[in-house]
Amino acid sequence: MTVQVKDTSAATAPNVLFPALKEAFIASLLIVALGLPLLGLKADNQGPDLVLTKRWDLLGIAVAVMFVGRFVLAFLRGQKAARQGGLPQEKKKSGDNSIARLLNQNAKVLGLLGLLCAVLMPFVIPDANARYVIFISTTFMIYIMLGWGLNIVVGLAGLLDLGYVAFYAVGAYSYALIATHFGWSFWICLPLAGLFAAFFGVVLGFPVLRLRGDYLAIVTLGFGEIIRVILINWGPVTGGPNGIGGIPAISFFGIEFSRGEGGFASDFGLEYSSMHKIIFLYFVILGMAVLTNLFTQRMRKLPAGRAWEALREDEIACRSLGINPTNIKLSAFALGAMFGGFAGSFFSVRAGFISPESFTFIESAVILAIVVLGGMGSQMGVVMAAALIVLLPETFRQFAEYRMLAFGVAMVLIMVWRPRGLLAFREPTIRLHPKDHQASVKEAA
Amino acid sequence: MVFQSLARPTDVKVPSDALMEVEHLTMRFGGLTAIDDLSFTARKKEITAIIGPNGAGKTTVFNCLTGFYKPTVGRLTLVHPQKGIHLLERMEGFRIAQQANVARTFQNIRLFPQMTVLENLIVAQHNALMKASAFSLAGLTFLPRYSSAEKEAVELAKYWLNKVGLYDRADWEAGNLPYGDQRRLEICRAMCIRPVLLCLDEPAAGLNPRESLQLNDLLLGIRESEGVGILLIEHDMSVVMEISDHIVVLDHGRKISDGTPEFVRNDPTVIKAYLGEEEDEELPTEVAQDLAGGAA
Repeated sequence: MTVQVKDTSAATAPNVLFPALKEAFIASLLIVALGLPLLGLKADNQGPDLVLTKRWDLLGIAVAVMFVGRFVLAFLRGQKAARQGGLPQEKKKSGDNSIARLLNQNAKVLGLLGLLCAVLMPFVIPDANARYVIFISTTFMIYIMLGWGLNIVVGLAGLLDLGYVAFYAVGAYSYALIATHFGWSFWICLPLAGLFAAFFGVVLGFPVLRLRGDYLAIVTLGFGEIIRVILINWGPVTGGPNGIGGIPAISFFGIEFSRGEGGFASDFGLEYSSMHKIIFLYFVILGMAVLTNLFTQRMRKLPAGRAWEALREDEIACRSLGINPTNIKLSAFALGAMFGGFAGSFFSVRAGFISPESFTFIESAVILAIVVLGGMGSQMGVVMAAALIVLLPETFRQFAEYRMLAFGVAMVLIMVWRPRGLLAFREPTIRLHPKDHQASVKEAA
Repeated sequence: MVFQSLARPTDVKVPSDALMEVEHLTMRFGGLTAIDDLSFTARKKEITAIIGPNGAGKTTVFNCLTGFYKPTVGRLTLVHPQKGIHLLERMEGFRIAQQANVARTFQNIRLFPQMTVLENLIVAQHNALMKASAFSLAGLTFLPRYSSAEKEAVELAKYWLNKVGLYDRADWEAGNLPYGDQRRLEICRAMCIRPVLLCLDEPAAGLNPRESLQLNDLLLGIRESEGVGILLIEHDMSVVMEISDHIVVLDHGRKISDGTPEFVRNDPTVIKAYLGEEEDEELPTEVAQDLAGGAA
């Protein structure tokens, strides 16, 4: 017995040491390759010239730290694996985490709590920060709404759309053009902007009906760029790169937020404050976002919504069940685009000025990142991911130029920790048995 | 619209007991002829099996019938007991299930794996529910019309879940079910579109002998109590010989035999196709038993 144990340990010892050394060596090589331009060489301004400073010591330290750290890590892991009999332990399937399950199962309560906080927030916030906090929260809400809108297309229907910002742009320009040319109020333009965006959703939908996956992503990416390029070049209508300025501001259902007689403040017997408009804008986007959410939640329980999810799962099976894939895809594109259009027209009424600069590809990428990071199809996940993506860079502001670096590191860590998104857990749209029944059957099986 | 009227002519003549009449079906992929001038009839309330060696073109026949391929030549006439004659080769893929009520399953199971068992069955009733929800408008406004339609859909789903013993696991993700249950669920899902013809592509593949027997009972039940005609591709002779009323044998895209199980089993051309040229030699005992299958 004892002999056997000794034998195995003697046999495994070199097996652990050598791979660990090899792993550490490869990691150090990587650091040399990466660190050479990043750490080893630094360009400095000296008067008018750029001078290249070489910092080999710094690079050396980084390589040494990497080598030692990697070696220790690999060695310990190897020993542990050897103790447990060979193969390293298989990682637990991520995305099946109990925290995510818990959050999702109580989504309704949490959602209501969150909504309550969001509604009370403008009233309890100290005046000193109010403007900044409400401004950021409004931006946050826009991204939540965009995330929920795109979630219909990407999360539910499974159609990877990299050009979502096009619909945002269509909504924004619809409001800007109608309001500046015809002077119609925001509340009339809002549905129109949604309709235009939905129309563009169908226009994009038709050519891509037969495409899936990568090919679909490329075409939608192109569509997003086409819209932006048109906005830049169609000068007479869109103002070209100069954009459209002087877009009429939002009114309280017809009452302007202006100083003096007939303004919002005097009509309601309040003292004039420029905060009124900002708070009102915040509530408008909050309401719109909540509406988007309720709509999506309800759609999931309707045949059209279930067909979206079925389409994501298996298009061929859908066909064999007599579901018309064309209608399903077009409806997903149109409805997703419609919410993008709503958000866009809100964006333009808030900013008062829009230009093609605001609708670049990076916006699409951010919205898609929100959906993917949140966990495809998860409503709660979108909120959390939007918080991370919009609010995290704000909280890192004190790190000045390292802000985006810290943000990037946080994103990478999250994707390592939860590759299927923060809250990748799908709540069934209909149940035959109460929730605890399922658990008891599983135990019995 | 033109296509719809073309797909439902009134002057097509078919045998009175025919459910599905396949005439001169030919399917070519470039230079390859996958099916060559195939004609057969599937009769009402009968189980018609299509058998043949691997690569004989069986699944291609199914893909033509259910609209995944457009046949190069041929006419596929479905006689719907209520809605009349449909010419399937003129219909768009998904309309074959929607209007002619032809359902199918797949050789490699195609469920919606992340949706629950119940949801799979509800999605299958999409068209009926879509109509009831007035294309989502009635559903969005919480009209009672939709919720009662949904209740009906759940009842139908329950009926089938009880039939195959999946009632307790209705809320499981379909992808988490054991293999045999996934096969049964796929058949249930096909039945939920209320078909007149059910096309099953190797439903017994991967099932153990006990499960195969259960499958036989399920299919016989579907034929008897639902009055649905079944078209069956299968390699498991214990299933084919036991339950089929009529067998069509394909080899290299051609029909080589057509008749009752008894007839097909003794047909020399069938034996030749399965076992090669040497007719004089005696059959290996296992193969003979396998072909004899359920006859014992």
